[in-house]
Amino acid sequence: MSTAVEPLQVFEPHTRQVPPLGPYLRELWRRRRFAVHLARMNLKAASYDTAFGQLWQVLNPLLLAGVYYVLFGIILGGDRGGPDYLSVLLAGLFAFTFTRNALGLGATSIVSGGRLILNTAFPRALLPLSAVASALLLYVPMLGVYGVFHLIGGQPVGWQLLWVPLLVAIHTVFNLGLALVFAALTVYFRDTSSFLPYLLRIWLYLSPVLWAVDDTPERIRPLLAINPLFPLFGAWHEVLLDGRSPSPGLLGYAALWAVGLLLGGGWFFLTREREFAVRI
Amino acid sequence: MRVTDLSVRYRTTAEKVPTLKSALVRLGRRERAVRVVEALKGVSFEVPQGAVLGVIGANGAGKSTLLRTIAGILPPDTGRVEVRGKVTTLLALGVGFNGNLSGRENVVLGGMAAGLDRADIEARYDEITAFADLGDFLDLPMKTYSSGMYGRLAFAVAVHLDPGILLIDEALSTGDAAFRKKSEAKMRELCAEARTILLVSHGLATVRQLATDCLWLHRGTVMGHGDPTSTIRDYTRFVDVGEDAVALDSV
Ligand SMILES: Nc1ncnc2c1ncn2[C@@H]1O[C@H](COP(=O)(O)OP(=O)(O)OP(=O)(O)O)[C@@H](O)[C@H]1O
Ligand SMILES: [Mg+2]
Repeated sequence: MSTAVEPLQVFEPHTRQVPPLGPYLRELWRRRRFAVHLARMNLKAASYDTAFGQLWQVLNPLLLAGVYYVLFGIILGGDRGGPDYLSVLLAGLFAFTFTRNALGLGATSIVSGGRLILNTAFPRALLPLSAVASALLLYVPMLGVYGVFHLIGGQPVGWQLLWVPLLVAIHTVFNLGLALVFAALTVYFRDTSSFLPYLLRIWLYLSPVLWAVDDTPERIRPLLAINPLFPLFGAWHEVLLDGRSPSPGLLGYAALWAVGLLLGGGWFFLTREREFAVRI
Repeated sequence: MRVTDLSVRYRTTAEKVPTLKSALVRLGRRERAVRVVEALKGVSFEVPQGAVLGVIGANGAGKSTLLRTIAGILPPDTGRVEVRGKVTTLLALGVGFNGNLSGRENVVLGGMAAGLDRADIEARYDEITAFADLGDFLDLPMKTYSSGMYGRLAFAVAVHLDPGILLIDEALSTGDAAFRKKSEAKMRELCAEARTILLVSHGLATVRQLATDCLWLHRGTVMGHGDPTSTIRDYTRFVDVGEDAVALDSV
């Protein structure tokens, strides 16, 4: 037998708060395929992997955009209306749906993985991670649909669109941070996911989704800019509507929020994850 | 495998489902609702390579907790667990965790979570399905499985994933006679290959047949550790049930 070379594993009480980061991240990386596979399987279990399931995911924000367009673009119109406003709405609602999905799936990722958590030792961060991956998989077709409207609406097309992957990446990191926080929170407060829709609704109205960042009234702009989605959506609007590179201020601010949230959320999650098995 | 002075505590809230609402209500009443359950208190023992350790004890004695700690799922509160080799768990709940996915998909997911390669799992997939012998059910959602079918699949996966140390928690109790026979033969085979097995069971006859060593837990402490026959005799005398057929066999 190869027992002589088997490594000795030692489990001891943890004195430090955060588990040793090096081995933790190595284990996480070793199981990266699991996270992706789980993300796909979760979509499959919810039958979002079928053409109709995908369509439904895109249709929901699309219909919402239609309603807001009629309401704010045409009826209350003024100088709004036109393809610009539709682009603002669509880009914003799709991006917001990405965050909504990541939060919703992330919040339940730990409590719904009960059996796996009780019976297998693995870095728990894999579960919120794969929830965000699921949300990203749902976001990709939305970006495609947006692209069609972008072209039809005659929005600027050029090299500035190369910023899009970076914006999506920043958004994904941001969502991961949030998902980590809410995944851990739901273990302690199971009703978190029932508060979430209200929270998201308020957040939607406070975010530059129904209006463009450039149209923000100067008086309340500093107040609204506290919103972590504000700089990100601002950068989106600059790239998609103005056809220019995002201003470094907005981009930096957005990246700062994303990294900060990932570090904060990661710390919150990691310091608590060893408790999950006894609390589920 | 060595366990030294191991203690594990569960911290639970008083209510069944912890919610923010009830936390706020409690805050208003200035109550603290955390209850501490000491599941294991200073447990020490050693298991030599290749031994089959039967773990017996009353409900709530801490057997499942012990296995979870050895698997690295629960952190110890004090003490130390040293394990040499890859640990495969087969705890009472089995492999599957998403009832909407088929048995096959759950097997792959569970194996990947345990750190195996997808190709590795798929290479052994035929062996696993042959052993579990579930027929068409493998491609049906797992929520359609009976508890015995669950157990069969879980056992088949665990023993075929090349375990260094196998932890079995009452998994055989739901299998039918034919499957039990097959799994006992498989366990003997694994023991012969010098693998270490921890077997939690209320089926004392099973423990007596398979185990080379027996650990008796009572309310989180070790009451006896020794050869199966005498430990089981002490245990049955202690709980005063007598060694009749009902106590020996798992019903
Ligand atoms: N998730 C949990 N939260 C709080 N307490 C728990 C939890 N799981 C187990 N306990 C407590 O820990 C103690 C040991 O439980 P454990 O599951 O290890 O018992 P067991 O020996 O496996 O029992 P059984 O024979 O019924 O399976 C029990 O007193 C139980 O109430
Ligand atoms: Mg048990």
